Amino acid sequence: MNGGPLVSRLPSSAVRSVRLGPLSVRMHPRVGWTTLALAVAALASLAWAVSVGDYPVPLGQVLATLVGQGQPGTDFVVLGLRLPRAVCALAVGAALGAAGSVFQSITRNPLGSPDIIGFTQGAAVGAVLQILVFRGSSTAIALGAVAGGLVTTAVVLLLAGRGGPLGYRLILVGIGVNFLLVSFTWWLMITARLEDAASAQVWLIGSLNGRGWSQVWPVVIAVVVLVPVLTALSRPLAVLEMGDDVARGVGVAATRTRVWAIALAVVLTGAAVATAGPIAFVALAAPQLARRLTGATGPAVLPAALMGGFLLVVSDIAAQRVFAPTQLPVGIATGVVGGCYLAGLLVVQWRRNRG
Amino acid sequence: MSTPAAPKPSQVAPPAPPAPRWLLGTPGLRVAGLIGALVLVLLLVVLSIMVGSRTIAPGEVLRVLFDPDGGESSIIVHSLRLPRTALAVVVGIALGLAGAVMQALTRNPLADPGLLGVNAGAATAVVIGIGAFGAITPLASLPFAFVGAGLAAVIVYLLGSAGRSGATPVRLALAGTAVTAALAAVVNALTVLDPATFDQYRFWAVGSLAARGPDVLWPVLPVVVVGALLALALGPALNVLALGDDVGRSLGARVVRTRVLSGLVITLLAGAATAAVGPISFVGLAVPHIARALVGPDHRWVLAHSAVLAPALLLLSDVLGRVVVRPGELPVGIITAALGAPVFIALVRRHRVAQL
Repeated sequence: MNGGPLVSRLPSSAVRSVRLGPLSVRMHPRVGWTTLALAVAALASLAWAVSVGDYPVPLGQVLATLVGQGQPGTDFVVLGLRLPRAVCALAVGAALGAAGSVFQSITRNPLGSPDIIGFTQGAAVGAVLQILVFRGSSTAIALGAVAGGLVTTAVVLLLAGRGGPLGYRLILVGIGVNFLLVSFTWWLMITARLEDAASAQVWLIGSLNGRGWSQVWPVVIAVVVLVPVLTALSRPLAVLEMGDDVARGVGVAATRTRVWAIALAVVLTGAAVATAGPIAFVALAAPQLARRLTGATGPAVLPAALMGGFLLVVSDIAAQRVFAPTQLPVGIATGVVGGCYLAGLLVVQWRRNRG
Repeated sequence: MSTPAAPKPSQVAPPAPPAPRWLLGTPGLRVAGLIGALVLVLLLVVLSIMVGSRTIAPGEVLRVLFDPDGGESSIIVHSLRLPRTALAVVVGIALGLAGAVMQALTRNPLADPGLLGVNAGAATAVVIGIGAFGAITPLASLPFAFVGAGLAAVIVYLLGSAGRSGATPVRLALAGTAVTAALAAVVNALTVLDPATFDQYRFWAVGSLAARGPDVLWPVLPVVVVGALLALALGPALNVLALGDDVGRSLGARVVRTRVLSGLVITLLAGAATAAVGPISFVGLAVPHIARALVGPDHRWVLAHSAVLAPALLLLSDVLGRVVVRPGELPVGIITAALGAPVFIALVRRHRVAQL
């Protein structure tokens, strides 16, 4: 599969320069409109997520509650239960989408994701250790996940050493470390009691059940701060996709850009995984969809973030409602949808390419 | 090139082959390596029969092996250790060959039999078997795993061959990823909704040779034999395929037939192995790498060496698993990863990975 249009399909003559005081950004109108549409879609999904449930709240009452005019019962359902969960889904999805777009751009691989540097699996081991061995609180689980992910990433990067920034060696070392961690996780799972193992399993799938405001803020802050930074980095990253030599030739500091982009993407992934567990496929699918919609070159960080948020909010609604009253972990919904999406994408693309 | 005078044309020897980059560069060395690996497997077989919660001396192993006397040692050897060891050898051969064919077929050094969706299909079917039909013993889950592995492989192949030029390696790998992801979600949903199923499933998913008797070995054996013979016969065809589809075709290779046969071989071998002992990671990925580091890119040799090195790795892992936490034991799937991963990483760090 070609990772979406690495070369823009948009006519370059239509590119506009948007000036805002001393800042100017070159962008195509289609990118702007698509981003706006995605933002509207994400907000609409958020409103939908708050209004549906076992106790439906009409949109009018949702708005009334948000401006402080609601009834106490509705206030509790909306502000206490649904809004934190929906905001959480939006922020986690945005973090994963943005991080995924950066990883796909850097690896020049449509299947690039935080998994390849071992982050996800390391986070899983850290969290499962906290759940099964140390019996930590939800904060401890989140910290364990982040610590596990960072340590694993550091080990993988150290072991890979020199030999190309993201060459084969890094991917192979990542795979080796991943195997080790996966089997360690399963060993923890079979030695634990069934109830503990089952709750660890739910965490491993990725779930938003019972997330309150206290868990929401870290990931929201990470998204609000880092997505704009990565958006600013997306132009040098787009140049980097043409190869290091070309990038250096036009004045992009290749290594520094890449290191910063990876570091920030890892932080975003860490915030998302700590909040909701390793949710499958959002980091993979959101950037691809965003690229197809915008037709942009380079990593479309902001559209990917919006798309990721939208996807996760909708997936979470599905996970809650399809087997209601049983609430499935959202990772199951994203896995099913993502797998089918990828399969469909492959078929459609091959048909179109006559090949 | 220190010859002082240019030799006459009639005396020109065929150009000396470039210094071999592989550890076993000549056919003689390769055969010797193969024999050495076979001896290693035999030693490990004896070790695997000896070691356990009750250690049996080598002399006694050999005695009761050929002359069962009904004593305690004899019963342990014949009813427990021998079937388990035989299963380890059979599964090892299957995993090693499946991995080697898979990497040749997809021309991808990272390919693993799990990549064709075989493991995911088997896992899904096993979970359905446990949850819906109460198939909790290894023997009862065997048919489910087989059917699941086969169905998943067919789906992946159909998905991968959508479009006009048929199934290219990249498409197969991507289709496998997609199917694996969707099936993993199904497994997750089923195990989350039903804790009892999850309890059974987690012991299958870790990959273990424990408590698998002859009743598991016999149904799996013919499948592995057929698959292994097919795999070894595919060596020359895979060599031609390695040159690329177009060159291969112009040299008279039947590309589609080779691909279909390779897919069949992988399904038979990986399906049988997974059905017998659960998904065992790493053997199918790492052993062909080790074989290539030893003998170079010729698939005939890679296949032969993989078929011998993989059972050695699996036997060694199983023996270690019985020793490290005595009197308990660790599942073999965990040991293969713990043993294989550092070796694999060291290999990756030291050598340029032999390209296909």
